[in-house]
Amino acid sequence: MPAETSLPTNIEAANEEGLARSKAARAALADVKTEPGAAKPDPILRADGIVRQFGGLRAVDVDHVEVQRGVITALIGPNGAGKTTFFNLLTGFDRPDEGEWWFNDKKLNRVPAYKVARMGMVRTFQLTKVLARLTVLENMRLGATGQRGESLLSAMFQPRWAGQEAANTERAHNLLARFLLDKKVQDFAGSLSGGQRKLLEMARALMTEPELVMLDEPMAGVNPALKQSLLGHVKSLRDEGRTVLFVEHDMDMVRDISDWVIVMAQGRIVAEGPPDSVMADQRVIDAYLGAHHDVALTFEEEEKILAAAEAEIEEEQND
Amino acid sequence: MDFHNLLTLSLQQALGPTAVIYALAAIGLNVHFGYTGLLNFGQAGFMMVAGYGMVFVATEWGLSLWLGTLVGLVLTVILALLLGLPTLRLRADYLAIVTIAAAEIVRQTIGAAKFSDKFGGQDGLTGFIQPFRDANPFSGTKGIPGVVTWSAFDFWVMTVGWLLVALSCVVVWLLMRSPWGRVLKSIREDEDAVRSLGKNVTSYKMQALIIGGLFGALAGFMTALRSASIGPSFFATDVTFFAYTVLLIGGAARVLGPVVGSIIFWFLISALGIFFSQATSGTDPLIPASIMDSTQASLMRFIFLGLGLMLLMIFRPQGIFGDRRELAIDAR
Amino acid sequence: MHVRLLRVSLLILPMLFMLLLGTGLSGASASPSADDTAASDAPPVASDNAETGCQLTKPPDDETLSIYGLICDRRESPRVPVPDVTVLVKDASGNEIGRSVSGPDGSFVIDLPGEPISYLGKTYAVSVDKATLPEDTEPEKTDLKIAINTDTDQPVIFPVGAAGPGAEGKLIQAIQLTITGLVFSVLLAMASLGLSMIFGTTGLTNFAHGELITFGALVAFAVDNLDGEIRVGGANVTIIVGVLAAFLVSGLFGWVNDAGLWRPLRRRGSSLVAMMIVSIGLSIFLRNVYQYFAGAQARNYSQYAAIEPWEFGSLTVTSRDVVVFVVGMGVLILTTSLLRYTRLGKATRAVADNPALSSATGINVERVISIVWIGGAALAGMAGALLGVTQGFDYQIGFKLLLLVFAATVLGGLGTIWGAIVGAFVIGLFTELTTLFIPAEFKYVGALLVLIVVLLIRPQGLLGRAERVG
Repeated sequence: MPAETSLPTNIEAANEEGLARSKAARAALADVKTEPGAAKPDPILRADGIVRQFGGLRAVDVDHVEVQRGVITALIGPNGAGKTTFFNLLTGFDRPDEGEWWFNDKKLNRVPAYKVARMGMVRTFQLTKVLARLTVLENMRLGATGQRGESLLSAMFQPRWAGQEAANTERAHNLLARFLLDKKVQDFAGSLSGGQRKLLEMARALMTEPELVMLDEPMAGVNPALKQSLLGHVKSLRDEGRTVLFVEHDMDMVRDISDWVIVMAQGRIVAEGPPDSVMADQRVIDAYLGAHHDVALTFEEEEKILAAAEAEIEEEQND
Repeated sequence: MDFHNLLTLSLQQALGPTAVIYALAAIGLNVHFGYTGLLNFGQAGFMMVAGYGMVFVATEWGLSLWLGTLVGLVLTVILALLLGLPTLRLRADYLAIVTIAAAEIVRQTIGAAKFSDKFGGQDGLTGFIQPFRDANPFSGTKGIPGVVTWSAFDFWVMTVGWLLVALSCVVVWLLMRSPWGRVLKSIREDEDAVRSLGKNVTSYKMQALIIGGLFGALAGFMTALRSASIGPSFFATDVTFFAYTVLLIGGAARVLGPVVGSIIFWFLISALGIFFSQATSGTDPLIPASIMDSTQASLMRFIFLGLGLMLLMIFRPQGIFGDRRELAIDAR
Repeated sequence: MHVRLLRVSLLILPMLFMLLLGTGLSGASASPSADDTAASDAPPVASDNAETGCQLTKPPDDETLSIYGLICDRRESPRVPVPDVTVLVKDASGNEIGRSVSGPDGSFVIDLPGEPISYLGKTYAVSVDKATLPEDTEPEKTDLKIAINTDTDQPVIFPVGAAGPGAEGKLIQAIQLTITGLVFSVLLAMASLGLSMIFGTTGLTNFAHGELITFGALVAFAVDNLDGEIRVGGANVTIIVGVLAAFLVSGLFGWVNDAGLWRPLRRRGSSLVAMMIVSIGLSIFLRNVYQYFAGAQARNYSQYAAIEPWEFGSLTVTSRDVVVFVVGMGVLILTTSLLRYTRLGKATRAVADNPALSSATGINVERVISIVWIGGAALAGMAGALLGVTQGFDYQIGFKLLLLVFAATVLGGLGTIWGAIVGAFVIGLFTELTTLFIPAEFKYVGALLVLIVVLLIRPQGLLGRAERVG
């Protein structure tokens, strides 16, 4: 795929068209039943019977789930609910023991992570993975797909890739300006703050022109001042016609921007629905909000860690 | 203490054939470790396979050394594939252990008495050098008289060697400024991030392993040519470790790092060796024999080398001339 | 300084050259059956030397190294000695070192000239001059490669008076090699356990672990070198004290390693790769410091150097091997029990499993790591001292062993305790038993190949758990 042709030369126009599409997609969600595994009118991602086992622990056990195209879907749940593991499974960074899943109706079983990304399903990471000793600009350029200069044979002949590189650089500059990183272009990515790293990672993911952006805790470790602008960026992804699936702990963010919420607990999907109705759901409050209460969190977490450690040692002794 | 002698001999070493060999080996490691973050501890194995490949073609089949180099390069690629396939998906330390083990497998197998009729056992192979000697355009001694000189043969080896080094540096420079090089550097920083952007990380690592191995192959050829012989003892595990020291002195992930590193390394090693040798020789040695005899003196440079490698890695991992800006980000 | 040469006063080569059927039946030898091939892979074939008419006799018990053996005609029963056959010994480059002609009893002795020490670690080819064989006969094997080593190659370093494995069957030889392999495995397991524990708790792949092993051997040597003998109730216990000292001083050395180098590096947040390279520097540094003080020559402890073996039929076992095995097993069992049942042991395993989690549960991770370093180094040092007892040592005994230690730990699963022990036994037995089928010079090659193959099939090792991603 030559990158030049897919450049959004007119961002405004693209946005208008995307905005219309995403409005329609959101409207379509109104008729979807609020139950786990509900069918969506236009799913971009479907998963069936996904199971991932760690020793005796069933970390992920999802019967069925669908993600609607063109909307922002939040994946929430208490710590250890298996959200990140599920993310890893969907994006090819881990392999499930059982199950099948499709992206745009293409089966993804045994498709390696890099191919999943090439198909248009690109993720970010909970602990940001910026390339510390590369400049911000180089981080961005890496994201561009279909680069001729990335093949060993043409790499040594600059004329073969210089034009493409220039186009990618321009696109990178535009994106960096949009994510307010244009002053950092020549800085090493390792010198950025936590929030800036999140922004860079998101911008870099956009360099691949993804259809589905999967954000793993985009708000974790971001200072409150930056949060609002991050929220705006996530919304803008939807408004230019992309689908967003994100894992988050921050309930304000979930309420603010998501069109649909999927709740996981102990590896299973326990509830689904629009943010307001999900947060009123007793099952969710039991499974998630109760456990998420500030004071209880630290205490319960500690208990859980202790229990887990005991169990681990016990288990080892018994083998 | 004869400082003139010390400086002259050290300079001779620093620019001589040995420095060439280690510069080439370290250029390979630079591609592996410096740019891609692959811990290849078996560079000596790549050198050995290539060197023996070249020599074997000449001694066993009586064919030209040119054809031999081709065979050597092909064998290097095969070795890289064999090592890479099982390990490149695994954690970095597995590659380290497997490559060091593979280098030892190669060394013990080629050096085995069982195959001595083919590879000459521990004594190795000789008698292939004549074509290379015949091509030597130099005669007498070369260099700057009174400052540093080399024999015509050494000078010929150096000429060929430094040309290869220059060529290798150009290739590395061309590769590393390209998007291909950017992918390698990104893999060094975080391979999952690269994977998440749709790049086939394993394939790039394999390419890096092969390219770096090929530079190691050049070092292997030069090893055989400069000694006019080849033997298993030329390719001990320490060769790889020394090449790492060379790389770290000059600074990893810099095009000229290995070259600068090799010159400094061999100057220092030689200077230390000569210093301690002089300090312990004669009737009234600088260092009394009760503290250090001449055998012990010869060990001092390696003791310093070990210490130097540790201190470099701890305090200046970006090399002697490294960029402080880089250090500030990642002192680790 | 009193340096005791290795008293390898005699080298018994299993040199029973079986003569296959002569030319009349040479069809059989041209396309040997499976049995024949297997038998000819390893020289000592057939058994019951008591009944044969062809008996191995001991060469004189002196300080020269010699290769001796026997040539019999296997077609007859009882076997008939074959006289007047020339046997040659050549070094790796093909220079003849010695030759001899078999006597009327079929036996020959080839004395190796010069100091026995100069033969250590080298490989020699022993061959029969076919022209001197009687007509109509053909040897099953005319060439044999032997490696004269300080290592556990038991049949090679057999002391005087052994019944000679030359007359043993394959099974007997296998048992003999198993014994050797077990002794080696126990020592390898001790060394590997240390490496694995340190890896498990700190993530460091310590390339200087071999130097911890050598350190122990050197400490025991220092004790052995003290003037006089250490006696308890009339018995000379110098070497026992030496091994104990190796254990204790190595533990201290481990603590120094950690407190002086690794802990500060961990505090700085050094990456594991950086620490790995630092450990290479440390390895080069220590190895040369050792050579500085101890010299490059191979050494042996004064005691236990020459031991009369016990004979069980045609099996021979030295009391030294039994003691080393029992002590090593004891230490292994004690260590694993400590890890299993004590609070500290549980804490260690918890840290190995998940340092952050352990820290959160109130375990003092740094203290645990400190103790692991002390314990790991003590184990490695003791392994080194015991290795020195069984086969002698030099300044790089640990470095030479390092790859096998890595192989054992990776094979069992890096960082797992049982894995290191299981891996060590697999590697230890494998290296010895493969000499039944392949030349001894390839035994390490074989072990390292096994390592690579296992990594291909099961990257987490035999007992390791598959790693959790994310």
